[in-house]
Amino acid sequence: MKLFSKRTTAVASLVLASAMMLTACGGDDASGSGGGDGGDIRVTFLPKNLGNPYFDTSDAGGKAAVEEFGGTFEEVGPQEASPDAQVEYINTAAQQQVSALVVSANDPKAICDALNEARDAGTNVVTFDSDTEADCRDVFVNQASAEGIAKVQVDMIADQIGDAGEIAILSASANATNQNAWIETMKKELAASHPNIKLVDTVYGDDDDQTSFDKTAALLQSHPNLKGIISPTTVGIAAAARYLSDSDKQGKVALTGLGTPNQMREYVKNGTVTEFALWNPEDLGYLAAWTAKALVDGDIKGDEGDTFKAGKLGEYTVGADGEVLLGDPFKFNKDNIDDFDF
Amino acid sequence: MSSTRAYPAYSRPLWQRWLFTRETAVIALLLAVWFYSVNNVQFFDGPLTITYLLLDMTPILLIALPMTLIIVTGEIDLSVASVVGLSSVLVGVLHEAGWSIPAAGLLALVVGLLCGALNGFLVAYVGLPSLAVTIGTLALYRGLAVGLLGTKAVTDFPEKWTDRATEKIGETPYPQVIVLVAVLAVVFAFLLHFTAFGRGIYDIGLNTEAARFTGVDVQRTKLVLFMLAGVVSALAGIYYTLRFGSARGDNATGLELRVIAAVLLGGVSIFGGRGRLHGVIAGVLLIGVLAAALRLEGQTVNVINIIIGLLLVVSVVSTSVLDWVMKTTAARRNTRGSSPTDAPAGVATQGRH
Repeated sequence: MKLFSKRTTAVASLVLASAMMLTACGGDDASGSGGGDGGDIRVTFLPKNLGNPYFDTSDAGGKAAVEEFGGTFEEVGPQEASPDAQVEYINTAAQQQVSALVVSANDPKAICDALNEARDAGTNVVTFDSDTEADCRDVFVNQASAEGIAKVQVDMIADQIGDAGEIAILSASANATNQNAWIETMKKELAASHPNIKLVDTVYGDDDDQTSFDKTAALLQSHPNLKGIISPTTVGIAAAARYLSDSDKQGKVALTGLGTPNQMREYVKNGTVTEFALWNPEDLGYLAAWTAKALVDGDIKGDEGDTFKAGKLGEYTVGADGEVLLGDPFKFNKDNIDDFDF
Repeated sequence: MSSTRAYPAYSRPLWQRWLFTRETAVIALLLAVWFYSVNNVQFFDGPLTITYLLLDMTPILLIALPMTLIIVTGEIDLSVASVVGLSSVLVGVLHEAGWSIPAAGLLALVVGLLCGALNGFLVAYVGLPSLAVTIGTLALYRGLAVGLLGTKAVTDFPEKWTDRATEKIGETPYPQVIVLVAVLAVVFAFLLHFTAFGRGIYDIGLNTEAARFTGVDVQRTKLVLFMLAGVVSALAGIYYTLRFGSARGDNATGLELRVIAAVLLGGVSIFGGRGRLHGVIAGVLLIGVLAAALRLEGQTVNVINIIIGLLLVVSVVSTSVLDWVMKTTAARRNTRGSSPTDAPAGVATQGRH
C-alpha cells in the first residue's frame, strides 16, 4: 500500500506541476511577443526593485518613449533591492538577447560582470538613477549632478531651520551609489557655506517604509535638539513625514529631501513639510529609453560629444565618462504641488 | 517503532522500489519541466541558460548537502545564510587588509567551522533545540558580518579570482565551480549512504533513544554535522563573494529558506529519518529550472515565488495526506487481523537506510 502512495504522489505532483507550468506560460502571447520581429527594438527596464513608486513612474516614462519609437517594452525586477537578485534578471535579459537593458544599479561593482556578459551577447546597457562603474555600461543617464542635488537639499534645510542647528540624514541602503555621493557632497557644502549647521547622524532606512519610519522615530529620540532631517530618498521622506505628522514634533522639526508630489502632497498641505525637491522621474525614464534607442541605432556610442534627439525633451549631448545629464532639480511646495501628478 | 508501522515496499521487486520513490518523482518532474521549457520557452535552449542556472544554484547546492544530513537527523540549521554573509565579509575585510584571497578564504573557512561548532555544541551537548539555537545564531552571525564591514561593500577583488568563480570548463557551457559541487556531492552521498556514520544519521532521525542504545554517538554525530554545515556555508560565502565581486554584510540574506525549501522538495522529511541526496540535488535544480523558465517568460518574482511555494506545499501535503490515508487503511485492516505485508520492526528500521 505504501508503494501505491509513492506512485500516487509521483503522478499527482507531476500532473500538478505540469498544470502550473501551463498556467504560468499562459502569459506567453502577451509577454513574449517581441521575439521574432526583425528590426524591433526590445527595451527591458530593470529598476532597483519593483513596487517602488519612484521606479513605477520612471518606467512609465520609459514605456511611453518606447511606444513612441515603436519598440517593445518590458519591465522586470527583484522584490528586494539587492545586487545578487538583480544579476538574475540581467542574465535573463542576456539570454533573451534584448536590444537594450536600462538598469538602476543596486551595487556599482557587483552587477558589473553580468552586465558585461549581456553586452558581449549584443545588448546595449544604459544605467539610470544609480550608476555602475563606467566600464560596465554604455551610457549613464544622470538625473542631476551630485552637486546640484546636494546643494538644493542643503539650501532648503538651511532656509527652513534658519541656517543653524542640528540636522540628520535618513538615507536608503548604505551601498547605494547615488545616496553616498550626495551625502558626501552635502557634507562638503555644509562645511563650506553653513558652519552653524551640524550634521549629527546618518541613518539608513533601506528604502523600506517601515524601517525608515522606525529609524525616524529613533533619530528623534536620540537627538532631542534635532531641528531638521534631510531624506534624499522618496521612500524615506514619505515615511519620515508620516511619522512627523502624527508626532508632537510636527512643524518643529523641518523635513526636506527628495520626494514625489503624490506621496508628499498630504504632508505639504498639513504643514509637516515646507518644500522638497526632485527631478521628474518620468522624464528620466523617458530620456533613458531614448538613449537606449540611440545606442541600438548606432547614433551614439557613449563617447563625449555624441548628440541625439530624445523625443519631446529635445536634444542631449553625452558628457564626460559617458554621462547624459537630465537637468536641474525641481523644488515642490504648496504653491505648485498640485500641478504635478506622479 | 510500533508494530503498526508497515514497510510493504519490501514485498515488491527491487526495480519497483527504485522507480516509485519520491526521489524518482522529483527527478521526473525536473526532466519534464526541463524538456517542456526547452521546447516551449523562448531562449531557454540557449547556451547561457545552463551556465547561469549552475552559477545561480551553486551556493544552494553546496549548502543543501550538509543541510540534508542535518534535517535527516531531525534537526535544522537556520544560520547557514548568515555564515555565508560572515564569510563573505571576512574575505572582503581581510583582502582590504592586504591578505591574499587563498589566505583570507582559509580563515573564512575556519571561522565557518567555528560557527558550526558553536551551533553543534549548543544543540548536541547543551541539548537545546536546533530551531531556537540557529534562529539565535542567524541573528548573531549576521550581526557580526554587518558589524565587521559596517555599511559599505568591498568590491576591488583581483580579477584573476572573480573570473575564476565564473570561468567555464573549456568550450562547454558548464562553469568550473560545478566540479567542486560534484566532488562534494559525491563525498556527502558516500558519507550518508555508504558509511556507518551515515546509518547513524538515519537512526538518530528515526529514533534518537534507540540510536543511542544501538551505539550511535548521537552528540558527536550532530556536532560533526553542524560543523560541516558551517564550513560548507563559509565555502559558499567565498564563492558568493568572488562571483559577484562584492563583499557585503547583507549578502545571501534569506538563502537559508531557499536551501531548506529545496531540501524538503527533494523528499527529505522535516521530521527526520527519511530522504536521499540525489532527490535533494534534483529538488535544488528543479527550483532553479522552474525559476529560470518563468523569468524568461517575463513572469515577476511574485509569480515565481507563488509557484515554487505552491509546489513545495503540495509536495509536502500530498505525502502527508497519502501517508495518513495509508495508515488509516492499514490500521483498519490490522484490526481485522490480516496484515500480510507488515514487516517486523527491526527490518523496517534497516529499510530506511
